[in-house]
Amino acid sequence: MSNTIQVSVWRGAEEGEFQTFEVPRQPSQTVLDVITYIQRNIDPTLSYRFACRVGVCGSCAMTVNGRPRWTCRTHVDKVAGDGTLEVAPLRNLQVVKDLACEMTEFFDKMNRAEGKFHPTKTRDDDFDFIKPDDKKRKQASAGIECIGCGVCYAACDIVDWNKDYLGPAALNRAWTLVNDERDGGNDVRLAAVAGDAGCHACHSQQGCVEHCPKHLSPTHSIAGLKRETAKAALKGLLGGDD
Amino acid sequence: MASARVETKLWVWQRLSAAVLGLCVLIHLGMIIYAVQDGLSAAEIITRVSGNVLWFVFYAVFIVAVAVHAPIGVRTILNEMTNLSQKMTHMIMAVLCLIILVMGFRAIIGLYQAGASL
Repeated sequence: MSNTIQVSVWRGAEEGEFQTFEVPRQPSQTVLDVITYIQRNIDPTLSYRFACRVGVCGSCAMTVNGRPRWTCRTHVDKVAGDGTLEVAPLRNLQVVKDLACEMTEFFDKMNRAEGKFHPTKTRDDDFDFIKPDDKKRKQASAGIECIGCGVCYAACDIVDWNKDYLGPAALNRAWTLVNDERDGGNDVRLAAVAGDAGCHACHSQQGCVEHCPKHLSPTHSIAGLKRETAKAALKGLLGGDD
Repeated sequence: MASARVETKLWVWQRLSAAVLGLCVLIHLGMIIYAVQDGLSAAEIITRVSGNVLWFVFYAVFIVAVAVHAPIGVRTILNEMTNLSQKMTHMIMAVLCLIILVMGFRAIIGLYQAGASL
């Protein structure tokens, strides 16, 4: 193993180029450690985003050697066998500067997919009692661990060619709420996620499943939305003449 | 962008027709494998299907399923890969559906009646 690693880092915004740095190798070094080393010791103008450093917050996702990853949970040893690394911003998002992306559109799409809770009760009502083995609860639990890092969004080829497509994370979020017994917003939610910018645009290529650091399956959630929107359409609930 | 309702209903139609096609293709392929055992000839095909109501109904269902399934898929591809308007891709879908129906039924009606002229 060489004592240093050659790191190509994207510099600029939409227009820019890769700049190469030489960084000392350390045991158990993560890609985030490498980027932080560059920023603190070589070039303080390097911009990137991180917070927790332990895979909880989801803010440090970048493209590492062509694949979207959490840099804090990616060991250099695993991805830079030949001693080189290429670190770029996430795909499918506007680049603010260097490795930092504009996440607004990503989170706006969560809202457009009605990824928010529509309460049906007040504080004066009793709790909903939902058993741990309830089928819908299990469906919701399967997708609920998403932390909104944007890795699936960057991995998705449909997002790449259809800028209106809501994307795997937003649709997965909608699916968890479709299965939430306490939620009353499904009519408006199913109308929001149907169509060629929603679940019906998904080709089930499963790039999201392949790359999700939480091992979730947005493709499974999207398939569920396709079934539920079909039922809603047959009941005439989706509305909207065209 | 087509409405959520239109898009969802087209999706349902495509899935339903796919289910029908899955069965039809299996029967069709099975029939081909069975039929070529003794060599394949036009006369042999005509002898089997001509005047046979069951085969006529089977292939009529097959054609309708294709006429539903394929144009919806072509529309989706055109919407994704070209800049054609929704109106235009809907029109292409409808025309393709008509072409498949006309050509398909022309063929099976011809085969159904062919035995009489042998």
